[in-house]
Amino acid sequence: MSLIGRAEPVAPGAVSAAACAHCGARLAPGQDRFCCTGCEGAHALVAGLGLASFYGRQATEAGTLRPEAMAAGLDLAPFAETMKDGTQRLELVVSGLTCGACVWLVEQALAAEPDVLSARASLSARRLTVTWRGEAARANDLVALLARLGFRVAPWSPACLRATEDAEGRQLTRALGIAAFGSMNIMLISVAVWVGTDMGPALRHGLHWLAALIGMPVVLIAGLPFYKSAWAAIRAGRPSMDLAISLGVLATALMSLSETIHNGPYTWFDGATMLLALLLAGRVFDRAARRRARQSVAELLALQEGIVTRLLADGRSEAIPAERAAAGDRILVAVGERLRLDGVAADPALLDAATTTGESVPRSFEPGAALPAGAVNMGAAFAMTVTAAAKDGSLAAMARLLERAEQAKGRFVAIADRASRYYVPVVHAVAAVTFAVWWGVLDAPWQVALVNAVCVLLITCPCALALAVPAVQVVSVGALFRRGVLVTSATALERLATADLAVLDKTGTLTEGRPVLIPEGQDPEVVARAAAMARASRHPLAQALARACPEAPAAEGVREVPGQGLERGDARLGSPAFCGLGPSADGMTLVFRDGAAEPVVFRFADRMREDAPAAVAALRELGLDAELLSGDGEGAVSAVAWQAGIRDWRAGADPVAKQARIAALKDAGRRPLMVGDGINDAAALAAAHVSASPAGATDLAQTASDLVLQREGLGALRAAIRIARRAQAIARENIGLSLVYNVFAVPLAVAGLVTPLVAAAVMASSSIVVVLNALRAAKE
Amino acid sequence: MDSLLLLIPVSLFLGLLGLIGFLWALRSRQYEDLDGAAARILFDDQPRKETPP
Repeated sequence: MSLIGRAEPVAPGAVSAAACAHCGARLAPGQDRFCCTGCEGAHALVAGLGLASFYGRQATEAGTLRPEAMAAGLDLAPFAETMKDGTQRLELVVSGLTCGACVWLVEQALAAEPDVLSARASLSARRLTVTWRGEAARANDLVALLARLGFRVAPWSPACLRATEDAEGRQLTRALGIAAFGSMNIMLISVAVWVGTDMGPALRHGLHWLAALIGMPVVLIAGLPFYKSAWAAIRAGRPSMDLAISLGVLATALMSLSETIHNGPYTWFDGATMLLALLLAGRVFDRAARRRARQSVAELLALQEGIVTRLLADGRSEAIPAERAAAGDRILVAVGERLRLDGVAADPALLDAATTTGESVPRSFEPGAALPAGAVNMGAAFAMTVTAAAKDGSLAAMARLLERAEQAKGRFVAIADRASRYYVPVVHAVAAVTFAVWWGVLDAPWQVALVNAVCVLLITCPCALALAVPAVQVVSVGALFRRGVLVTSATALERLATADLAVLDKTGTLTEGRPVLIPEGQDPEVVARAAAMARASRHPLAQALARACPEAPAAEGVREVPGQGLERGDARLGSPAFCGLGPSADGMTLVFRDGAAEPVVFRFADRMREDAPAAVAALRELGLDAELLSGDGEGAVSAVAWQAGIRDWRAGADPVAKQARIAALKDAGRRPLMVGDGINDAAALAAAHVSASPAGATDLAQTASDLVLQREGLGALRAAIRIARRAQAIARENIGLSLVYNVFAVPLAVAGLVTPLVAAAVMASSSIVVVLNALRAAKE
Repeated sequence: MDSLLLLIPVSLFLGLLGLIGFLWALRSRQYEDLDGAAARILFDDQPRKETPP
């Protein structure tokens, strides 16, 4: 027998009264151990499986593991893959998998199922691979088990794979391993040469050859990432840091080889390999930090992946990915579902088009009117005829607009690249002058002149300079990650630090973007009874009501009357007409009528986020004046602008107008930070100097943004800007520090006083100083 | 002096072993989930059911 559905409730244990025993969320007054019935069920399930020790080790954020009352009804059986030996395999993205104990819980819970052969979860990729024996349809049971534990899952998508499969990153790590191996072993030999002044020339020659034997292949193999990038820079006609590094390393290696052949006093293989190892370490860390952000974004996108229900000619229906639906197909749009495709319906429809137009109040669409993809169905379920396949529809048009905006933006030149533009030519000129002076003026043999010139290249090789920026990036991107801000672009922090104006979208950014119950003094007991019924429906207003009263248990025996409301005995919850009142003006009202009692009206509105005025004030304090740019009507926009304390506002802006406004600001010399969540914001986000999207943004907006806020609210923006500015200041400091090192070291190199020992000491100490300085960037 | 003839090759051989081990670990994807691996070593429980053959 399967363990699913066999869980027994457990005796209450010693749990702190203040937090939910399952998800850790703060409990409302009057709640005993759990914040909602979902958590109670999940806790019983975990205990029933004998996995209660999970709670001792759990390290998730409060509220992450709250099971949703209504999980999306996606059929996962088609995603299961049948292996050669007849077993089934399913790959999933698991949201909420954020700590080691979660991995353990998921693996153990699945492994306890009798037919599951293996379950393996990857913590950093949030990827779960589960294999079982038997039917593909078991996939849905297994996923339901995870959903009851509070984990949301989605099929593993190609986008997730792209974010995880990081061939270049693996190459860098391999190069780092090789360089580290080489530098350590050569150092072993080099130290012997430095210290062994009484060494005979034959032995020294032997040791030189040994160092060359290790050094040459290591330099050639481990340096490849730099050589490739340098070659690209040469072809583009732009001197880059990588070009300087490549020249320095290769020249040092060749010079050392010639010193080896004619048995000079020293070789510099240790310096060249150590340089490579340090630089590669910087790149590997830099990459790892951003890879984590990319994976998190891919996870968010996978959870939004579009699945539509296609109606077949014989009356059956099937779930297919939205990309596979063609024009002319009939699809079913469930209550509360987001339209994935453009279409027309034969029935009137009530849609919330907030993400496509910015309107905060749902709009009725006449039969035959064009329904925009991206809108949410606020009325009854309806069948719709698709008018354009995904790749030709309005969402695709928006994606093209986004692409064009991105191309028009031009390439941002990072601070390290700007520094190297001046630095590289200067260094090479100094090296050339050194050679000319030693050979032409001082009449030294050309080998000596060459050794000194190459020493200049080696010592100035921007070891600290190349570590200066990545080290800061790693630390600050990591600090932001812990605060729930994902940084997806390499130059995002630099651009964020220089932003001087914030352009904010209204619906979904300053406001919650979903209906919220307006408290109007209703009796709490009535609210609880209505909320208990509302739990049975996926209608957005019903869900808003359920959210307003999370402690209400789901009521039994609720019947849904499609398009009208819910019925339980003689209690009714639904549209005003359903409960015997007149029709509602805006479709944002629910009425609850319990038998003969007086009907109670619940009104809903898209409420402003609680922290919006504080966030706007914080932005102003940081020198970013805020501007509101919305597609909604003037009245709604000016009201929100006034509440949030924003002076400048623009209403009725369509996607093109939004992008044009950003472009106009940039032409005027401003550097706007755009914050938006909707499909209609995507092009403006891509065009802006730097962009961010709040929690719950549409996938298009998240792809277009440089920063993705994972937690509710805009509070993280302030921290992000402060960290970005601090990171910028420290990066400058670091560049300054490495230049100071050069000011002292270059004269030594020009004078021919740099031995490999000096080179090693300079390189290592300057790198350490720069890295230690970078560690300060995590503080806000 | 003769000891060098033995010690240097031995140290290099050991270093190479380490390098090969690293490359093997990289190739078998042990660097893919560093966070997970860090947590995993603390798992003591084995699945409580017999895996059917």
